[in-house]
Amino acid sequence: MSGEDTIEVAAGTPEVAQPFKELGLTEDEYQKIRDILGRRPTAAELALYSVMWSEHCSYKSSKVHLRNLAPNADQSQYLLAGIGANAGVVDIGQGYAVTFKIESHNHPSFVEPHQGAATGIGGIVRDILAMGARPIAVMDALRFGPADAHDTARVLPGVVSGISFYGNCLGLPNIGGELAFDPSYAGNPLVNALCVGLMRHDDLKAAVAAGQGNKVILFGSRTGPDGVGGASVLASATFGGAEGEDRAGDDGGRAAKRPSVQVGDPFMEKLLVECCLELYAADVIEGIQDLGAAGVACATTELSAGGDGGMFVDMDAIPLRDPNLTPAEILMSESQERMMAVVKPERVDAFLAICRKWDVEAVVIGEVTGDGLLTMTWRGGTVVKIPPRTAADGPVYQRPYARPDTLDALQADGPQGLHRPADGAGLRDTLLSLLRSPGLADKRWVTQQYDSLVRGNTVLAMPEDSGLIRIAEETGLGIALATDGNGRYCALDPYQGTQLALAEAYRNVAMTGAVPVAVTNCLNFGSPEDPAVMWQLAEAVRGLADGCKHLGIPVTGGNVSLYNQTGATAIHPTPVIGVLGVHQDVRTRVGAGFTVDGAQVVLLGTTRDEFGGSAWAEVVHQHLGGRPPAVDLDAERKLASLVVAAASQGLLASAHDLSDGGLAIALAEACLRGGRGCVVTLPGDQFTALFSESAGRAVVSVTPGREAEFGALAEEHDVPAAILGVAYGDTLTVGDTFQIPLTELEAAWTGTLPAIFG
Amino acid sequence: MRIGVVTFPGSLDDTDAARAVRYAGAEPVSLWHSDRDLRGVDAVILPGGFSYGDYLRCGAIARFSPVIGELIPAARSGLPVLGICNGFQILCEAHLLPGALTRNAGLRFIHADVRLTVSGARTPWTAGYTSEQVLTVPVKNGEGAFVADEATLDELERTGRVVVRYTDGAPNGSARDIAGICNAEGNVVGLMPHPEHAIDPLTGPSADGLGFFTSIVAAFAGSGLGART
Repeated sequence: MSGEDTIEVAAGTPEVAQPFKELGLTEDEYQKIRDILGRRPTAAELALYSVMWSEHCSYKSSKVHLRNLAPNADQSQYLLAGIGANAGVVDIGQGYAVTFKIESHNHPSFVEPHQGAATGIGGIVRDILAMGARPIAVMDALRFGPADAHDTARVLPGVVSGISFYGNCLGLPNIGGELAFDPSYAGNPLVNALCVGLMRHDDLKAAVAAGQGNKVILFGSRTGPDGVGGASVLASATFGGAEGEDRAGDDGGRAAKRPSVQVGDPFMEKLLVECCLELYAADVIEGIQDLGAAGVACATTELSAGGDGGMFVDMDAIPLRDPNLTPAEILMSESQERMMAVVKPERVDAFLAICRKWDVEAVVIGEVTGDGLLTMTWRGGTVVKIPPRTAADGPVYQRPYARPDTLDALQADGPQGLHRPADGAGLRDTLLSLLRSPGLADKRWVTQQYDSLVRGNTVLAMPEDSGLIRIAEETGLGIALATDGNGRYCALDPYQGTQLALAEAYRNVAMTGAVPVAVTNCLNFGSPEDPAVMWQLAEAVRGLADGCKHLGIPVTGGNVSLYNQTGATAIHPTPVIGVLGVHQDVRTRVGAGFTVDGAQVVLLGTTRDEFGGSAWAEVVHQHLGGRPPAVDLDAERKLASLVVAAASQGLLASAHDLSDGGLAIALAEACLRGGRGCVVTLPGDQFTALFSESAGRAVVSVTPGREAEFGALAEEHDVPAAILGVAYGDTLTVGDTFQIPLTELEAAWTGTLPAIFG
Repeated sequence: MRIGVVTFPGSLDDTDAARAVRYAGAEPVSLWHSDRDLRGVDAVILPGGFSYGDYLRCGAIARFSPVIGELIPAARSGLPVLGICNGFQILCEAHLLPGALTRNAGLRFIHADVRLTVSGARTPWTAGYTSEQVLTVPVKNGEGAFVADEATLDELERTGRVVVRYTDGAPNGSARDIAGICNAEGNVVGLMPHPEHAIDPLTGPSADGLGFFTSIVAAFAGSGLGART
């Protein structure tokens, strides 16, 4: 016997004080664990429950709301696996399926930007891998404080280098994402990483430990002390203020949490990816689970809770980087690049041989049992013996929520009174200052650090409206992906703001000629203990559920990140929505840039006077108030189907969606992307025409000679189409209002980020 | 023609190199780092990536792999070898090519489409290009700055062994804007840019890079090249 806290010791010493508060559990939760076990938990069990019941792993505050997303998913013809699995799986035809998911790594990226962001990529890639898919691309949606803020100079370059380092070494093309700046993210940046994977229909793997006597194998990196408590301490609590003052009961500021961040090794992950794919091909796996948040605790609990029996684990068999780790630390460690598999005894040798080929360490650490319990021994004593479902399911909270009483005043403070430029010179200056603003400026400072080409199937990547990946060389089948979110819109109205993000991602995917088919989401919010934040979350989920139902596309999975706030101040509610589209033939893809001289430029959709939460209000007036643009999902659907139909018929030379900065920025981007100017005349009030952010719009250029066909198709789809002019020359010319040489546009657009970040 | 593409642990552009071989009309043959066997191929490509995690130095560990043990004598006897990016780094570490690749000026990973000017070097990998032809091909590397001592650089220039140069100046600080070089015999070529990512305008900036692969196929068909091995 060791001196360890075994179940026998625990049963005999009910009075021992345990550090449940330090591990992030409440008094009630601790009592509930004691009730479940009929004794106090051992130190190892307490650690296990604390990470499994953390906000990050249990979704205890958001679960009641997320249930609204599920019914919609069941009805989809495209869905092979939905919410609950590691990631949803979508049928894209021709025998192929794809799985995709977006996840946050916000807090680790603030504490240690490079490793925090790097391991964010690593984690989401393993999620996709665990579904049985080959990861084929990544994307990153990033939000920081003001670009010129002191701390942004620390956080942004580190985050970008971390994503670059990990993704590039892993050999996954980075095909797009977002880069946005807002003071609300100054003390809490958002780093959301998306991965998409490809499989054949019958390759789908389950995260279950079934079949008594089957072996449990831990493989990949060794377990070390890094990231201990990452899920409970880092991801599920609020940071203190800038000086490190903490909330009552919080056990440390930024510095104390630094060891909670994991360290990534993309080379090991690359080996793990290739090794797993070979294991799948050899059909030697019954069930598989990636190790992410909560490490061995989570993998063993979820595998056994998902299976039909129980599981026995010999913790002494777990390969360690540090022999001094306690059982609790081993369970909580978030060491990267690890996977757990369930393997039939007769296939263990074949399994281990494949691991040896890839120099991946693999060890049998236990087996599937028939007693329905998760049991773990360490140095001769039993340190864990629990019903796994009680840890995997976790508590569910009906947190109180209430519409914030500040919202009426915010919505009443509309942009109507803001000074608008009246003459050509003023409009011209406004366009250039928007184009120069960090959120709208050229993002190459970031994207040049990413490999978008590796694997040789990238058809479109940043700065195009969405990434587009070829799946089948013979048929041209492909997938398009876009992520969008707008915290300013959501601050004004989280229901509508979420639908606007959904609509934008949907629109972006359609611009390439792809049909949008599925949705993933990363819900970034403040503290769930704040009723105002819970109301934002509830409204956002309701908006997403209603929006997806209306558009007829399912939510296939997602991630919730709470406690994104500094002191008492929450970030803007920021749901980031990812939409996946299927492209029938990527050879007919449409890019955003004007590439054909003389091509007719057409504005699709309806423009209204809508400036609440707009880029103009922010950049020119530092104003946030009023209502976000109206949402018309029927119009979005019509616009998307028009562009998809037109693209497949070869009618479009370019298509670019309108969003932040309105038509002015869309035209400037189309000119810069294609290296070609345009001469346009805008109907109505010039300021509204240029800078309004009405949703459901796009600017296209039509293949010369096909104008009448396109006009008829637009009418058939009931999409308003206004002919603005032609793509031509080397200036952006707006009637006799103003003219800007492309060289001047380019200088304004490209100078900003390099000037700030070097 | 059969062209071997070596996969090391951490190779990333191996499938892309194999696709380029296929587009050029040859048969790609997969070679495994730990096999002491070139499987009788007529030429070998060392693809891009991060072999062995680029631990120690880029290419430093790959250079000691069994497959490179086989490759070194074969290359010295005339087997055509093309090293791209990490492959170039391995060829330098293996002393099949002079010089070394170091951290980019600016210390950041750079991915960009660049213009390359084909110089007069006579190699079977570039025979299909005309001298001074300008190609648009992507670079993507963190350690792509070619360095060598002045005497070596002078000799490379004097003996016509600079294969391609960055037309608009090196994005990574390469000495004398050098993007690729060859050995004295011309059969071993190292390139920092990625021609395998410029074989089809659908998935790259151009199809300008395909010439490296069609050149070797044509050279093989025309001259019985590779027979010396």
